Amino acid sequence: MHNAPKHLVFILAPLVVVFALLPGVYQNHLLLFNFVIFLILAQGVNIIYGFTGYLPFGYVGFFGAGAYGFAIMVMHLHTPAPLAVLVGGGVAVLLGLLLTPLLRLSGAYFAIANLAASLAVLHFVANPALEGITKGPYGVSLTGTFNPTHAYYAAVVVMALTVGAVVYLKNSPFGLALQAVREDAVSASMAGVNIIKMRVIAWLASALVAGLAGGIYAWYVSVFYPDNVFSGEFSIFAIVFALFGGVATITGPIVGVLILYGIYNLIGFTTPQYFQLIYGLLIMGLVLFLPAGLVSLATRRGWHVP
Amino acid sequence: MTYALVAGVLFGLYFSLVGIGLNLVFGVMRIVNLAHGDILMLGAFIALGVVGIAGIDPLFAVPLAFVVFVLAGVLLYWVLVPRLQGSANPEMLSIILFFGLSQVIEAVTTIFAGTSERSIQSRLLGTVFSTIKVKLFGGKAGGAGPIQIFGQGFPAPWVIAAITSLVAIGLVYLYLYHTRLGTLTRAVMSRRDEALATGIDVDRVSAAAFGIGLGIAAVAGVFAPFMFGSVTPAFGADATVTSFAIVVLGSLGNPLGTALGGVVYGLCYMLVQTYLSSWADLLPYVLLIVILLLRPSGLLGRRVRVA
Repeated sequence: MHNAPKHLVFILAPLVVVFALLPGVYQNHLLLFNFVIFLILAQGVNIIYGFTGYLPFGYVGFFGAGAYGFAIMVMHLHTPAPLAVLVGGGVAVLLGLLLTPLLRLSGAYFAIANLAASLAVLHFVANPALEGITKGPYGVSLTGTFNPTHAYYAAVVVMALTVGAVVYLKNSPFGLALQAVREDAVSASMAGVNIIKMRVIAWLASALVAGLAGGIYAWYVSVFYPDNVFSGEFSIFAIVFALFGGVATITGPIVGVLILYGIYNLIGFTTPQYFQLIYGLLIMGLVLFLPAGLVSLATRRGWHVP
Repeated sequence: MTYALVAGVLFGLYFSLVGIGLNLVFGVMRIVNLAHGDILMLGAFIALGVVGIAGIDPLFAVPLAFVVFVLAGVLLYWVLVPRLQGSANPEMLSIILFFGLSQVIEAVTTIFAGTSERSIQSRLLGTVFSTIKVKLFGGKAGGAGPIQIFGQGFPAPWVIAAITSLVAIGLVYLYLYHTRLGTLTRAVMSRRDEALATGIDVDRVSAAAFGIGLGIAAVAGVFAPFMFGSVTPAFGADATVTSFAIVVLGSLGNPLGTALGGVVYGLCYMLVQTYLSSWADLLPYVLLIVILLLRPSGLLGRRVRVA
C-alpha cells in the first residue's frame, strides 16, 4: 500500500529519463518510438488482462480507432495535433463504451468476441463506401502535422501516465479490488465490491491508453493504411510481451517489451518467416513452461517483484 | 434469388464442415484451437500435393488428409494438452498456445512453399466420377460441367464439397451417438470432472476427439482451393474467425447445431454478397458479436456462459 512513491522513483522515473534522453544518443528514432508505443500497449494489456482477467485479443481495435480519430480531426477539422491525439483517445473510449456489453462474456468467448470486434471496426473503416470520411482502404496522408520529435515526447508522456496508472493499480485498494474480482467475482461481490463498475473502469482506462497511443502513432508516421493501424500484430505483440514478462506486475511488461522487442529487431527484419517460426515456438514454450512470465522465476524463489 | 439461396445452402454445408472440428475440440477440451484455420490450410496443401505430384483427382486427398491429421492430432494432444490442463487458466492460455502453434505452422509452410497464391483447376475435382461413368456406360470423357439445380447452374466442386460435408457430418453424428467412444466423448463434454470421477479415461477420449477434430478440419481444407478460389499460407487466420462465427452461431458440443449454424451463415453470406456486397466483409464479425451477446449458447443451445 505504501510502496507507490518507491515504485514511482525506482521504476517510472528511470524509464522516462532513459527514453527522454536516448534520442540524443541513439540515431534510430523510429525504433525508440516503437519501443515506447509497445511499452504503452503492453501496460494497457496489463491493466485489463493482468488486473481483471479479460484477454483483449482485439486490443488493436482501440489503437486503430485512436489513429483514425486523430486522422479525421486533422483532415476535416484541421485541429492541432495534441488536441487530435486527445480526441483519438476519446474515440477509443467511446468504442470501449460501445463494447462494454462484451464484458458480460467470460473466458474465451470474450477474447474471440473482442477479436471479431476489432476486425469489424477494421472493415468498417476500410469500407470504400465511407471514402469521404475515412478515405476507405486507400489510406490517409497527414503531412501537415508531421513532427516526429513532438510525437515522440508525447508518446513518452503517455507511457509515463500508463505506467503511473499501473503503479496506482498495484498500490491502491482499487487495484486490490480488481484482482479480487478476477480471482473470484462472486466472493468479491459478497465483500462489497461493485464488480461491474470496477471492470468497466479498467476496460475504459485500457481503451484510453491504446487510443492515445494510436493517435500518437498516426501523428508520428503521418501516412498509413487501415491494415497498418489495425494489424493484429499490435494486439498479439502487446499480449505476448506482457505475458512474457508477467502480468499484474509493474516491471513484468516492461521487461517483456525490452527483451522480446529487442530480439525481434535483432533478427526480425531480414528473414520474417524464420522470425515467425522462432516467435511461435517461443510463445508455445512460454505457455507450457513459464505460464506466469519471467517474473515467476523470481517470485518462485520468494523474492518480491513489484 | 434462387441462385443466392441454393448457393447459400451449398456453401453453408461446406461451412459446417469447416466449423465442426473446432466445435468438437472446444466442446470436449475447453481448448480454443486458434490453429484450426492453419490445419485447413495444410489440408489444402495436401490437395495441392496430390494434384501436383500424383496428378489424380483431389478427392483422393480427402482420406489421406484425414488419416494424416488424426495421427498428427493425437500426437499433438499428448505433447501439448496435459501440460496445459495443469496450468492455472487453461482456457485463456490455450488461446495463446495455439496462436503460437498457428504461427509455427504458417512460418514452416511459408519457408517451404513461399507466399504466392495457389489454386487447383476446378475441373480436376470429381474427374474420378466421370471416369467411372465413362468406364461403365461409355460416352465421352471430359471434365464435369456445371450441375443443374432448380434451373440454375452451379460449379460442380461446390456440389461435391457440400455432399462430402453432409457425409462427414453424418459420420460425426454416428460417432458421437452410436459408438462407445462417442458416448464417452459426450460424457466428457457435459461434465469433465464427473466423467473423470466415473473412471472414464478422459485423456484417451480427448485425444481421440482432438485427432478427429483436426482430421475433419484437414478434410475441409482439401476443398478450400475450390470454394475460396486460392489459398496462401496466411489464409489460416481468417478461416479461424469464420469457423468461430459458425460454431458460436450453432451451439457448442452439438454437431447438428454446427450444421445449422453453417447453413445460416452460408445463406447470410450469399444474400449479403448479392445485395450489399461492399459490406459483406463485415458480416462474420458482426454476426459473431451479435450472437454472442444475444444468445451466447447458440441457436440450439441450452447452456449459457456469462461472466
